[in-house]
Amino acid sequence: MARSDVQLMLDVKAGDEQSFELLLQRYRTPLVNFLYRMVRAREEAEDLAQEVFLRVYRARKDYVPSAKFTTWLFRIATNLALNSVRDNRHQRMEVSLDAPVTMDAEDGDEKPLDIAEKHPNIEQYLVEEARKKMIRHAIDKLPEKQRAAVLLHKYQELDYGDIAKILECSESALKSLLFRAYETLRVELAPLVARQGK
Amino acid sequence: MSCSRMENKILAYVDGRLKESERLQVEKHLAACGACQLRVNEFRAVTSLLDEVPQIAPSAAFDVRVRARVAAEPVQQGWWAWFTPSPRVAFAASLLLLATVWIGYEQPQLSFENSKEADAQMMQEMQVLDDQDVISNFDPLKDLPQPVQPEDQTNQTGQPNQTM
Ligand SMILES: [Zn+2]
Repeated sequence: MARSDVQLMLDVKAGDEQSFELLLQRYRTPLVNFLYRMVRAREEAEDLAQEVFLRVYRARKDYVPSAKFTTWLFRIATNLALNSVRDNRHQRMEVSLDAPVTMDAEDGDEKPLDIAEKHPNIEQYLVEEARKKMIRHAIDKLPEKQRAAVLLHKYQELDYGDIAKILECSESALKSLLFRAYETLRVELAPLVARQGK
Repeated sequence: MSCSRMENKILAYVDGRLKESERLQVEKHLAACGACQLRVNEFRAVTSLLDEVPQIAPSAAFDVRVRARVAAEPVQQGWWAWFTPSPRVAFAASLLLLATVWIGYEQPQLSFENSKEADAQMMQEMQVLDDQDVISNFDPLKDLPQPVQPEDQTNQTGQPNQTM
């Protein structure tokens, strides 16, 4: 039987380093993905995720299982992400004003020729890429707190009470935060939403 | 129920997270309100669009870096332990050294900016090593960039510090 997160953390507290390794394996991918969508830069996301694990390790001696482990973990991650987004905002605004509108750092280094070679059905590939890009951009454009709420709700499947604790707001404030986020997404993604409905 | 009271319930309804009694209330409203029904359909479309966002995998060096940072953490012991050599610290230091050398090995494959960041990371880790005061005469460390001397004039001219 797999040990629960709380049990693993209590074992880490008791000095079992192997349990920390198991927590690392269990949460590195969700954490890196959450942070990547929050800060929109891969390397920074990985640095922050490392920082989360380090903080978990540092806090092991004082760990008391008062809340769900994931709530605690994502609260650390969310605080780091929100601070990072706020610290970088000025810098990023300068970058985005200078960058051509069509540039997308996330699209990687694939050059048009490489794409044509790798994907025989180029038109279909481009349509799918444009679609994914549109969805990513719609998420990226959400205000950071709404973005965090959507990511925790959609991808971590945490319940409203847990997400409210992570974002330090009431449950009803969280629900209206999520409602506004989904309203924005519904408008931003209108062309895709209309097709999806059919 | 009014449309405005629906706002806090629509997403939970789409998720199937409502209590039975609330769900019935919502469905009663939906049966009579085209606008809210449309919103439900569109929120459903949005959640399935969000499923299309691809996941990324952490890089190969991720675990190594976490382990190195954890190994570099000071051991929590009584003050007297500070005077006696600790096998655990020595083990942690050698693990960290191994990881640092390994990360250093990876650098040629990284872009210039990446390697700058990896350098910063490495220097940060070395700083922690220095604090341990365990391996100050360790040979492999001699290959690392020397700290800038106080009499180094290049720093006075606003040149970026090469070791950073
Ligand atoms: Zn209505």
